[in-house]
Amino acid sequence: MTTAPEQTDLVTLTIDGIQVSVPKDTLVIRAAEQVGVQVPRFCDHPLLAPVGACRQCLVDIPDAGNGRGFPKPQASCTLPVAEGMVVNTQATSEVADKAQQGIMEFLLINHPLDCPVCDKGGECPLQNQAMSNGRGESRFAASGGVKRTFPKPISISPQILLDRERCIVCQRCTRFAAEIPGDPFIALIERGAQQQIGIAEDAPFLSYFSGNIIQICPVGALTSAEYRFRSRPFDLVSAPSVAEHDACGAAIRVDHRRGKVMRRLSGNDPEVNEEWITDKDRFAFHYASQPDRLTYPQVRDEDGSLRPASWPEAFAVAARGLASAGATGVLTGGRVTAEDAYAYSKFARVALGTNDIDFRARPHSAEEASFLASEVVLRMPVTYADLETARTVVLAGLEPEDEAGTIFLRLRKAVQGGTRVVALAPYATRGLRKLGGHLEVTTPGEEGIVLGGLTEHAEHGIDSTAVILVGERLATVPGALTAAAQLAARTGAKLAWVPRRAGDRGAVETGCLPNLLPGGRPVADAQARVDAAAAWGVDHLPDAPGRDGDAIVAALGSGALGGLVVGGVDPDDTADPAAFRAALDKAAFVVALEIRETDVTQAADVVFPVAPVTDKPGMFVTWEGRPRPFDAVFVSPTSLPDLRVLAGIAEELDRPLGFRTVPEARAQMEEMGPWDGERAAHGGSATGASAPSSTGDGLALSTWKLLVDNGSMQDGDKAYHATARQAVVRLSPATYDAHGPVVTLTGDRGSVTLPAEAADLPDGVVWVPSNSFGNGVLADLASPGSRVTIAKGADQ
Amino acid sequence: MDEESKSLKEQFWDPIAGFGVTFRTMFKKVVTEQYPFEKMPTAPRFHGRHQLNRWPDGLEKCVGCELCAWACPADAIYVEGASNSDDPDGDGRFSPGERYGRVYQINYLRCILCGLCIEACPTRALTMTNEYELADNNRADLIYEKSDLLAPLLPGMEQPPHPMRLGDDEGAYYRGEYAAPAPTVRGGDV
Repeated sequence: MTTAPEQTDLVTLTIDGIQVSVPKDTLVIRAAEQVGVQVPRFCDHPLLAPVGACRQCLVDIPDAGNGRGFPKPQASCTLPVAEGMVVNTQATSEVADKAQQGIMEFLLINHPLDCPVCDKGGECPLQNQAMSNGRGESRFAASGGVKRTFPKPISISPQILLDRERCIVCQRCTRFAAEIPGDPFIALIERGAQQQIGIAEDAPFLSYFSGNIIQICPVGALTSAEYRFRSRPFDLVSAPSVAEHDACGAAIRVDHRRGKVMRRLSGNDPEVNEEWITDKDRFAFHYASQPDRLTYPQVRDEDGSLRPASWPEAFAVAARGLASAGATGVLTGGRVTAEDAYAYSKFARVALGTNDIDFRARPHSAEEASFLASEVVLRMPVTYADLETARTVVLAGLEPEDEAGTIFLRLRKAVQGGTRVVALAPYATRGLRKLGGHLEVTTPGEEGIVLGGLTEHAEHGIDSTAVILVGERLATVPGALTAAAQLAARTGAKLAWVPRRAGDRGAVETGCLPNLLPGGRPVADAQARVDAAAAWGVDHLPDAPGRDGDAIVAALGSGALGGLVVGGVDPDDTADPAAFRAALDKAAFVVALEIRETDVTQAADVVFPVAPVTDKPGMFVTWEGRPRPFDAVFVSPTSLPDLRVLAGIAEELDRPLGFRTVPEARAQMEEMGPWDGERAAHGGSATGASAPSSTGDGLALSTWKLLVDNGSMQDGDKAYHATARQAVVRLSPATYDAHGPVVTLTGDRGSVTLPAEAADLPDGVVWVPSNSFGNGVLADLASPGSRVTIAKGADQ
Repeated sequence: MDEESKSLKEQFWDPIAGFGVTFRTMFKKVVTEQYPFEKMPTAPRFHGRHQLNRWPDGLEKCVGCELCAWACPADAIYVEGASNSDDPDGDGRFSPGERYGRVYQINYLRCILCGLCIEACPTRALTMTNEYELADNNRADLIYEKSDLLAPLLPGMEQPPHPMRLGDDEGAYYRGEYAAPAPTVRGGDV
């Protein structure tokens, strides 16, 4: 971008005899990159504030722009450019080269020679720069010096190990912890040669973003318990990919060898996740290599047991069963790629002739479906960059640190630039405090009313510069999504819907909803139906409005539906786990597509193994609406994506989908294109805020899923699970005083005893994590929106 | 050929001269080696099958660093490292220091016996013996596992896993600061 105002801010200087013009306040080390000179550095990181800790980037500056030079070499990572400055780096200056070699010799005095057993060996900036900018000989060792040693690695969290001998005290990790996620649990302690990174005795480095410090450490001082000694970098093959754990679409790098993922690193995408990812994206990948992974199709035998079957047989049995089961519903789950979601959507409409399809494997509502069709699909109102420029960001039904880590980090950055965060939550979470946000204390169920009242507030009123982020949890609050839409319409604020799962937004776009066809075509619109039917080459599409997830479950229970095609749905995530399981038993014919064995596959009549994201190309759509395509990491001919399975069944049903591979499906999606006709109107309650349901006995229950919890896609890594936050009940101070440190909550589905903590909740509200104990809140405690009673727990 | 056109020498002397080579050789010492019944010693630095050496207390020298695999021009070596553990309920200690080679495979279908791997080894764990009989009737058996490659336990050695017997830390091993004299290791420690 060469716009006029930026031109005037250019500063011209000379680096190694080459004139270069860079924007004002650029650091000399980055200006040198512009002329193709790499100054060696350790502490410098483009996304962290300059500190000049390692001194490795010394350059000679004979003229600082005022005609006088610096008498000694200067650290180029802390020095901004000046007009007329003359800089000589190690490429042209003996002085700079000698200074850098001297610093390198100092750094290596205490650095152990254990490169062969160090995980960083082979990708180590210290190793590389010692070769490029160091001396071959160490005068310290030659003169009989003895290196300072420490006991080998200490844990600074259950996942992160610190090897203090290797540390060169560049402070990248401590600066990251303080600046980026705002979790300053690590700091420099001691002095002199003993200086080291440390934690307080009882406060481990329990950050959701802790894995990033391993990646930015320029030496091998920080390693993860999970990857330690597992492989060497020169033995790994890297493939770029997209994180599948949330709707943020973070770029990741998958390092694998011999068909196994060894580790995952953050990719670098300045528009999305910059260079940071959550620990969930980094460490939770073992689910695909668990022993219960399905590897072959199974069909239910006459004796009622599942037996292995060939693919063609399983396709035929599934097609026969679905044809004879009568009306069939489709539940896709929220983890599908956009292409797979498109296949589910087309399979339901073309092969099964029904609109009974829903991707929402969680509590949901008809209002939400209407909201998605009218306000969300095909729209891209807010991007990550918009969060930084917004004056106010309102979070409703969304706890970004837990549910969308990349948004949390962007908000942290935005807050430093002056953005104000307003959260509708029952209490000020740790994440909100780190955002310096304002808490609108909201009793669960009253989000709609609070949203409606936000405009009148003098201090943080909403206007057109604001961004409203609504989480998927608002679906459980009648009127809340309508209120958010009305607030946005009234004030001109930008409105975005932030789901939790990677496939949710893609499933909206591809029509995995009872009221939407692919490309945002409303089912109720006859023109849209004709358009879709023409694109698919079929006579007509079903025009009856479909059932949503809850209605499909109810219809299976009552016998109105006979068959079910179910993707990656965990019964315990659904609004009524018991009813879901009962519906599975009641259904005449169930086809399950799963990666691993679950309750659903055990109840199914035909089970198809499907590929995890490493084995198939695909595309996730972020909460912004940004497509994030990725390629397969492994080529595994036995691991087929969902769409290939659905295509196989559809062909057996004689109603083929017209594609068999991901590229074919993507081409068909592009050919079909988005709907350019009229959008569906939002049919929510007109008032926008229904009467609060805060009447009744007991406490209103507030709950959401923590980042690290018992989700099945986080299985298989003990160290990662040990970094989870403890499952606690949060109570108002008065309730805490009345019931003590251990409480038993009892709801309509069971009771649970957990340690309690006092927080700034209003009286009459209790918070528990959704999926950090037992089978989760929905299975073990209470139905969505219901109330719980509290009692003093058993003394411990 | 026409008999008449041959000279007298060609007719009578040449057949006898041909057998002369045969008769002369009958009284010379034969150069045939009676392999496999008699095996000839190789040159002392012959590059034969690899061996994974042990410290005098039986711990393995290999630290699983994979530098041999990296150096290998034929991609014949596969190594996986793992962590040593001194915990009673851990997997035990196989080498001094933190890390050992949990999996060690050399594929002798690929190996060209060039010796770059032993040059790369930072702990002299990998050396080559003079053993050259590397043939088999199937491919699978020519992928040698760690158990095939490890040096035999000599007197005084103890089968790992066991704690470090020769010093408090791995530095004592690497610097040779242990009291027990190292028994001579069989096989060419080139």
